[in-house]
Amino acid sequence: MSVTFCGRQLEHRVVNGSGTFDAIAAERAFGPALRAAFPFSAYVSKTITLRPRDGNAPPRLWETPAGMVNSIGLPNKGVAAYLAEDLPRYAMLPVPLITNVMGGTGEELAEVAAAVGHRPEIFALELNVSCPNVATGLDIGAVPSDLEAVVRRVRAVTAKPLIVKLTPNTADVTLCAQAAEAAGADAVSLINTLRAVPLHPDGRGGRWLGSGQGGLSGPAIRVVALAQVAAVAERVALPIIGMGGVQHGRHAADLLSAGATLVAVGTESFRDPRAAGRITEELKALENAGRARTPPGGQASVCP
Amino acid sequence: MSAPEVARGEDGRVLAPFGRRRGLVVSTRKVGAYVLLEVADRDGPQADPGQFHMLATVHGWGGGEDERPYLPRAFSPMGSSGGHLWFLLEDVGPGTHRLATLKKGEALWVTGPLGNGFTLPDAPSADEHPGGGRDPAFGGARRPILVAGGIGLPPVMALSGALAHRGIEATMLLGFRDAAHAQVAASFAGARLATDDGSAGHHGYVTALLRAELERDPHALVYACGPAAMLEAVRGLATGNGVPAQLALESGMACGYGACFGCVVPLTAGGYARVCVDGPVMAAGTLRSVPAL
Repeated sequence: MSVTFCGRQLEHRVVNGSGTFDAIAAERAFGPALRAAFPFSAYVSKTITLRPRDGNAPPRLWETPAGMVNSIGLPNKGVAAYLAEDLPRYAMLPVPLITNVMGGTGEELAEVAAAVGHRPEIFALELNVSCPNVATGLDIGAVPSDLEAVVRRVRAVTAKPLIVKLTPNTADVTLCAQAAEAAGADAVSLINTLRAVPLHPDGRGGRWLGSGQGGLSGPAIRVVALAQVAAVAERVALPIIGMGGVQHGRHAADLLSAGATLVAVGTESFRDPRAAGRITEELKALENAGRARTPPGGQASVCP
Repeated sequence: MSAPEVARGEDGRVLAPFGRRRGLVVSTRKVGAYVLLEVADRDGPQADPGQFHMLATVHGWGGGEDERPYLPRAFSPMGSSGGHLWFLLEDVGPGTHRLATLKKGEALWVTGPLGNGFTLPDAPSADEHPGGGRDPAFGGARRPILVAGGIGLPPVMALSGALAHRGIEATMLLGFRDAAHAQVAASFAGARLATDDGSAGHHGYVTALLRAELERDPHALVYACGPAAMLEAVRGLATGNGVPAQLALESGMACGYGACFGCVVPLTAGGYARVCVDGPVMAAGTLRSVPAL
């Protein structure tokens, strides 16, 4: 059931979504059992920025029918402390590391990507492009030309595999995927959360979340993910990490047959820390029973 | 009381088995305004007082009010022994409603114990714990004062059991909305009671009892769990009187093990801490405030 992704052999097809599993905190809670039964075939870090961020003011969570809205605000200790303190601990995990990076400007992002790109412990970079362009206020990842420019900048500073995390909050995600491909990305991952505004339960119309708005995840967005993964797979040749509401092996198999090479589990890990392990087992059982279609590109999807 | 096979992490906490596991409802009982839920959890380690579990029902989790609940809910057990856990619930929303209507024999998903527990007064080297909830000022001959408000009772009850087991005398101050809620405190001989409406015990907040206790003898240490407003008042009283206090915080959580970063509280040192992994027990002095979440 192993798979080659961007030139690297992974044990299976299930990874974590960025920002949905803190391996260091999980080790505090579960101890050595975490590494012994690590449920992901590659570990994706939460988003790292140039400078430290506290994250958004609480409240940061809201439960919805079949899902949740989060407004965490990318708290992280900044790239220097990440490389010095956290990376050595992540490097002890039994799987390849993917570091997710973001920058407020192209220069900032290139600086973070360059710093991360030099570290041998890291297998690949994932770009979080769901941040506003300072000049226009629009999300960089929502505007194909902005996205292409940013990916080109990062492409120029690192030879590591480059995954672009696409936002679903755009008019046509396939244009963004094509822009990423044109700029030299090695893979795309989708979908990120859907923009959402929960109101205060007091009924007076105020917003609940400290930052005003957040992103919707969970089973509620699964069919959106299926649509966008299928659409992107039709338009670009890049390998895809598909995600959105995966709770069972069947959901993972569906994303694979829509065109994904890997599947990420996110919100379901909140409900069960070992969920990805169960999903992997279920997916293998489906594949063995011939009830999961081999994704396009076969077992050996390799980056161009 | 901990079973010998309990594994502890580097910071001393009882480690949780990795992944959720099945528990079975052994009994449910109405106690005044609350429901007492007894769960058989044969595979779970014995929790320290103040630690918590994430609970969800195996069936019928979802499909309630607004098609919720979806995420598991965090509860500190009020007691545990022989592979059984006791939880106190108040039916206030879709999650607690589903849990409060469980029947004997129904299955639960249980993850835990999670977070750090209270540091007991005679626990050795309390200052070696970097978990954020530890306070080196604890220890010595200070008199423990335990303060609980409403549904914050369970971890305080678990702590009082652990203190009694060690032969440490403690003052218990319990606050409730009214006599129906206070019924659960009947088993606490010697506890002092306050109710908001005066239908049982002192008419007023439990923090008034705490203020009087600290005025009488400030050589105390305070353990508290309850609503955010109560904990904020306890924090003010403790820091104002130079009395060390450990507060067991409550927060909405998605995961309970540090993954989602949703349950943060503001720190005096700046930034935020996660209630689930840096707490839920935190030293009052480390908190800028106790926000209602």
